[in-house]
Amino acid sequence: MSLVLKGIHKQFDNNEDATLNDINLEIETGEFVCIVGPSGCGKSTLLNLVAGLETPTIGQILLDGKPITGPGSDRTVMFQEHGLFPWLNVIENVKFGMKMSGVPKEEQERKALHYLEMVHLLDYKDYLIHQISGGMRQRVALARALTMDSKILLMDEPFSALDRQTSNQLREELQRIWMETKRTIFFITHSVEEAVYLADRVVVLSAKTGKVADIIPIPFDRPRQVYDPDFVEYRHRILDEVRKESTL
Amino acid sequence: MSIFIFLILLIFLWQGFYWVFVDLLEVFKPYAVPSPLGVGETFIELCQDGTLFEATGYSLLRGIGGYLIAVIIGVIIGLLINHFSYLQKNLKPLILGIQTLPSVCWVPFSILWFGLSTQAILFVVVMGSAFSIAISVDNAIKNVQPIYTKAARTMGATKRQLYFHVILPASLPELISGLKQGWSFAWRALMAGEVMTTSIGLGQTLITGRDLADINQVMLVMIVIVFVGIVIDKCIFSVIEKRVLRKRGLL
Repeated sequence: MSLVLKGIHKQFDNNEDATLNDINLEIETGEFVCIVGPSGCGKSTLLNLVAGLETPTIGQILLDGKPITGPGSDRTVMFQEHGLFPWLNVIENVKFGMKMSGVPKEEQERKALHYLEMVHLLDYKDYLIHQISGGMRQRVALARALTMDSKILLMDEPFSALDRQTSNQLREELQRIWMETKRTIFFITHSVEEAVYLADRVVVLSAKTGKVADIIPIPFDRPRQVYDPDFVEYRHRILDEVRKESTL
Repeated sequence: MSIFIFLILLIFLWQGFYWVFVDLLEVFKPYAVPSPLGVGETFIELCQDGTLFEATGYSLLRGIGGYLIAVIIGVIIGLLINHFSYLQKNLKPLILGIQTLPSVCWVPFSILWFGLSTQAILFVVVMGSAFSIAISVDNAIKNVQPIYTKAARTMGATKRQLYFHVILPASLPELISGLKQGWSFAWRALMAGEVMTTSIGLGQTLITGRDLADINQVMLVMIVIVFVGIVIDKCIFSVIEKRVLRKRGLL
């Protein structure tokens, strides 16, 4: 068992209603879990709590049995906006986290090149961030996150700021990389299709109650086909649930 | 290039004005109006006896010295008011207030403390620019996009690493423009200090010009002061600024 959320409540000072209300969730090592839900349901808040960027009002989050008290490299986050540093070039960005945790130089180089190859950006390693496209930037961010060997990778709508074609292409690559590396991934998205495509289990959060409305295991083998009738049926079913849980 | 042509045109106009209104029509007295030729003559004179180089050299030395002290003090104050919310709330408004004080107002105070000495001038320079540097350091750090520090923290960066590997480089463009502005304040404060005291420098050369009723010398020194200011800005600050901005694709 990798990540355990126990009775998580999160309430913000300026808001009477709790954003998150008694969230209980267990994520296995090597599992790919997607969180979906209508806007305002607290998806990103949940991720920030797991990342340690915010603390729950009530409840506890355990990673391998240890409570989470703050941010740490065992829970690297990939953000919607890439969060790359414009004063560093591509490979320096990929090495950043390893440098912070004191990984030896040769090891940094080796791993950076390895993951840059995995995201097909080896030829761009010396480019500056402003010289590459939005999709490439997210790949760099992915490579950077992968170098951290985190126990769990947190992804906060990483493809939602990209155009549809790029975002589809990147999720295919993420699926491939997940199949190769078998990381534990906690993935927030507003796209149900993306969730059904990627996840082992899809967690639907409710904006009405702030609770987990449903957890749906996705039984399909990978690589998945978006136009498969079963896939489409799952997508519609979950989409209906998400709509039901919307406050709009 | 076009600016040089413009300047030459301006000088010709200026000289033409002098010929017409001073030499020909005698509307103005010669001692009241400087002329390009007169300024040129004074320039050659003051270069030959070395006065101009000496004065510029001393002024630059004091300016740079005072500025470096101001940078150190300003950065420390800036970091402090950024780090402690108590200081942010209570000290920063005060600093913003002091910053509006024209640097020449520090001169009497400075003379009472240090006499007519170099220290007195340095004090005015430091007071004239340290606070503006402090404010820009604070603002530069505040304007660092939260995503950068968030990303670094989730990769396990410590507080110290955050400062050196994220906040410093992220705030660099704004920091440099703050330091550049600090220099222009320092240079102005220096002139205020030099004019009021008696050490060798451009400020004193300016005052000597007044005492000799030599308007060409006054004009020449003013031009030199502007020139030095521009040279430092273009040759140091702008070069660094451009390099930093280009790397980030902001230029």
